[in-house]
Amino acid sequence: MSRTTLDLWVGVFVVIGFGALLFLALRVGNFAAANFSETYSVRAQFDNIGGLKVRAPVKSAGVVVGRVADIRFDTQSYRAEVTFAMDARYEFPRDTIASILTSGLLGEQYIGLDPGADLDMLGNGDAIQITQSAVVLEKLIGQFMFDRAAEPAN
Amino acid sequence: MNGATTLLRRIGARVVEGVWRVGFAARFFMLVLLYSGQSLTRIHLTIREIYFSGVLSLLIIVVSGLFVGMVLGLQGYETLQRYGAAESLGVLVALSLARELGPVVAGLLFASRAGSAVTAEIGLMKTTEQLKAMDMMAVSPIARVVAPRFWGGVISMPLLVAIFSAMGVFGGWLIGVVFIGVDEGAFWSQMQAAVDFRYDIANGMIKSVVFAVAVSLIAVFEGYDCTPTAEGVSRAITRTVVSSALAILALDFVLTSFMFRG
Repeated sequence: MSRTTLDLWVGVFVVIGFGALLFLALRVGNFAAANFSETYSVRAQFDNIGGLKVRAPVKSAGVVVGRVADIRFDTQSYRAEVTFAMDARYEFPRDTIASILTSGLLGEQYIGLDPGADLDMLGNGDAIQITQSAVVLEKLIGQFMFDRAAEPAN
Repeated sequence: MNGATTLLRRIGARVVEGVWRVGFAARFFMLVLLYSGQSLTRIHLTIREIYFSGVLSLLIIVVSGLFVGMVLGLQGYETLQRYGAAESLGVLVALSLARELGPVVAGLLFASRAGSAVTAEIGLMKTTEQLKAMDMMAVSPIARVVAPRFWGGVISMPLLVAIFSAMGVFGGWLIGVVFIGVDEGAFWSQMQAAVDFRYDIANGMIKSVVFAVAVSLIAVFEGYDCTPTAEGVSRAITRTVVSSALAILALDFVLTSFMFRG
């Protein structure tokens, strides 16, 4: 059996195909950036998570430092318990504040971390104590209307 | 009364015929899988089929991918700039190509470009009794003719889908960044932030593999099962294109509802 030009063309085709797949993985997708090599998990409880989804980014000062790994409802406290997979390169003090923020006016929701001043750092499995819930637009509007109605008419 | 009975009888015959064909197709599929060991050890047979269904489909896939991407770029920009979100053009182009348009459009093109050719070839071999002759020589036509064509299709189509999607993203970039002037950095970085490898691209590739199996099976089966006349072969080719298109669209709905529930 000898090599033919047909084999060459099939080889070129396969190389182009895998090249396209590589382009999709590295240039279009975030294959390299999305998966942190080493992570540690941190928990936090929120009164209301709004529209937060699993895999939403966890940002501090605008930099992505982790991702939401799991969201579940805690029947003991009747609050939402969110678990983050944090990039092992970044450590945060124990009194860090976790708040649910929205990117833009109607954008997707993410977790914002404001580091505190504690000397101890959060470890694997630790819980963030101070949290701020998502802003629910209906409640905000309702409050605004209520305040306006309470104002004395002049 | 007599007319109604005849009608009922015809419908019944059609249904029985359809169920019969489905059963035969399932047995045929098992047989193809059983004999594919031989076709993979004699790899040059499969490579020849990859050449005919993959390499020769390259041109149509590249050109259509480019144009689909360019149209997405134009239409997406038109809508997005109204909301001041023109930088999200990359996200729109990449997500729609990776999740849906790539596998589906490339699958439809592949079915009509390569699937019909495979059906015609096998059908003509049956009509000219080449398949029977092979059987007489104790060469299994399924191992020698059908299985290499099936695997050729299954191997080439996912690669073609990847090429299609990549060309589409390139087309979107060409229109969005080069012609319209969307900021290049935002175009790529927003795309990379929104497109997830496992969720979007890997699911799209899984779709393409499923479509590849469906289209290749339909193509070889219609050829093998055709009525061995000139008219029968032409009918089989028509059926290949029609049923492949229906199978791709129906499977796409099922897979999407499993994969992208949100």
